[in-house]
Amino acid sequence: MTQLLAIIIDGVVYASWLFIIAAGLTLIYGVMRILNMAHGSFYAIGAYAGAGMVGWYFSTGSVPWLSFAVLIGAALIAGLFIGLLIERGLLRFMYGRNEVVMILVTYAILLILEDAIKLIWGVEPYFAYQPYSLLGRTKLAGLSFANYDFMLIVVSTLIGLALWYGLNRTRNGKLLRVVIHDREIAQALGINVSRIFTITFLIGAGLGALAGALTAPGLSVVPGIGIEVIVLAFAVVVIGGLGSVSGALVGALIVGLARAAAVHLYPEVELFVIYAVMGLVLAIRPQGLFAVASARKI
Amino acid sequence: MRLDSLKPLSLACAVAAGTLVTSVQAAEEYKLGLVTFLSGAASGPFGIPAKNAADLVIDAINDGTLPAPISGKGIDGRQIKPIYVDEAGGATKQTAEYRNLVDREGVDSIVGYISSGDCLAIPPVAEELKTLTVLFDCGTPRVFEEGDYKYVFRSHSTASMDNIAAARYINETVDSLKSISGINQNYSWGHDSWRDFTETLKVLRSGDIEITTEQFPKLFAGQYGAEISALMVKPADVVHTSFWGGDTDALVLQAAARGLLEDNQMIFTAGETALNSLGEHLPDGVIIGARGPFGPFAPESELNTWFQSEFTKRFGTPPTYPAYHMAQAVIGLKLAYDKAGADATTEQVIDAFEYMEFEGPGGKVSMNRGKGHQAATEMVYGRLTRSNGEIGFTDVRRYAADCVNPPEGAITEEWIKAGMPGAKCD
Repeated sequence: MTQLLAIIIDGVVYASWLFIIAAGLTLIYGVMRILNMAHGSFYAIGAYAGAGMVGWYFSTGSVPWLSFAVLIGAALIAGLFIGLLIERGLLRFMYGRNEVVMILVTYAILLILEDAIKLIWGVEPYFAYQPYSLLGRTKLAGLSFANYDFMLIVVSTLIGLALWYGLNRTRNGKLLRVVIHDREIAQALGINVSRIFTITFLIGAGLGALAGALTAPGLSVVPGIGIEVIVLAFAVVVIGGLGSVSGALVGALIVGLARAAAVHLYPEVELFVIYAVMGLVLAIRPQGLFAVASARKI
Repeated sequence: MRLDSLKPLSLACAVAAGTLVTSVQAAEEYKLGLVTFLSGAASGPFGIPAKNAADLVIDAINDGTLPAPISGKGIDGRQIKPIYVDEAGGATKQTAEYRNLVDREGVDSIVGYISSGDCLAIPPVAEELKTLTVLFDCGTPRVFEEGDYKYVFRSHSTASMDNIAAARYINETVDSLKSISGINQNYSWGHDSWRDFTETLKVLRSGDIEITTEQFPKLFAGQYGAEISALMVKPADVVHTSFWGGDTDALVLQAAARGLLEDNQMIFTAGETALNSLGEHLPDGVIIGARGPFGPFAPESELNTWFQSEFTKRFGTPPTYPAYHMAQAVIGLKLAYDKAGADATTEQVIDAFEYMEFEGPGGKVSMNRGKGHQAATEMVYGRLTRSNGEIGFTDVRRYAADCVNPPEGAITEEWIKAGMPGAKCD
């Protein structure tokens, strides 16, 4: 019973973390048809910006609770800034190109940003551990869990609800869905697709940076941190279906629970199980669980 | 003679003079290739401290300011010119970089390599190019167990030492030890460490030890919530980890926040790098190792005092074991040249290096394994304690090199399973 509880909690916490990373990635793909390799860099920039500012904040001896606002605020500002810079400065000149070309372009951005991160923050590890321990821990069935991890579940739920509401219940969301369905018709109807692209990319970059910032308190922020997560994020969005936010949510839950079950029951297959699930889903539904299969335009 | 006709002559003289100056300078330089992680996840906790140590020691060797008995300026009377290469990129890239260092840069020797994969890939190339190479930080025992190299040396002990000593330490100091669990990285380092630790314990306790769970998360995974829960669900008397660098930091932070470190006896075989940054999260009683007699476990000596104080003064943080490993390698190389005498050939330096004993900042280093190419040192563990907020260690136990390192010619795994014959632990 204790083990089952641990699997569920661990799985949901891991899924929450994955969803926050994957939501931005799948949103950008859904709207812009860009499989954004640089998403890992947004994650890393968010982690560095958040950790750097939290470290500075605590050195001033200020109120500890406000560190959460500093963590998130710093990451969002950094993520939005770099997102705007990349979208306006580079990507907008390449819209309409083949998806493979866009993968190469964003991979180049990833490499450039990796070096830029080292130029800005150096290679020494950054720590922002104070928020992680600030919330204390809760004991359930004899097991201690960090309340910070429960907060991740709340944050990812809020992000999921905000995205659902924004896409389904607002005018801008409906415009965005029109662009998702058919970019050319949307343009013909007078929708400012370029503006929607910019806003979408900024939301995606902000979510990536937010994920990095929320992860930073639980580890040391070091070079290469963004590379590690991007592969996992891709697995999640591929399982759920590229471009589907609800698919990313389900994909994250599947990966999170499968991994937690493996860790507790068969630790030796912990890494394998994620990609086994991905392979299984792709074998049955090549387009992912939630993506709608579409005819290829010739 | 017209002025114009003088120009080509002047130019030719200038070029000739410049070439002469360059060649004289080159003759006075000792080009040392240094390979360490300058980017990627291993750069912060390992690569950069190692580079800092190399900078510090090379400057001191060039200035002749290393404490006695190390004397003389430079190597073989030549000023050392370091040429750094980033170790990131994998073994294939590193073998290409190695060839570049030798063929294009014309280095006299190379000190480098943190990754065990690189340490296994480089020696055959070093032999082919006949270049003196000192491996400074990698842990795999396979380098000299599976190979026989003339031009390759390793100036620190293998990772087997860490885990054999760890098993001895908990066997001696943990009351009513019945069970163990482990969390180690899912690649050769983690698997080998866990194997050496568990096999040694089985030998020491005649098989009377239960393994409750063994976790192998991916290298640089960063998220260990499920693994920590698994360790809590199946508790053991001791939790073993050979995590290093950023993975150690993440595990310490997440385990501390969930009380794993308070409720369980943990042993971090490579935990010393976390002391400076995350010491406040480590509770009293946690067992720490430094992959040798380094950092807080380094024996008192003039060289260690110099290294600690100068490193801290120059880089703002005390040296951790990767820094010690690098210092030990560069000092060992210089001492081999000193022993070989002036204008010695590479072969003469190799002869001098083989079976050499020298004092590094971490104490005595004996190059008496791997046919004189593999070092053996003592190993130290201690329990963290605090006095007035300052981190210190209690119950410190030092294990002689011959107690925790397999003897010359032995294969580690076979030696452990055979009951560690010939181990001298008194």
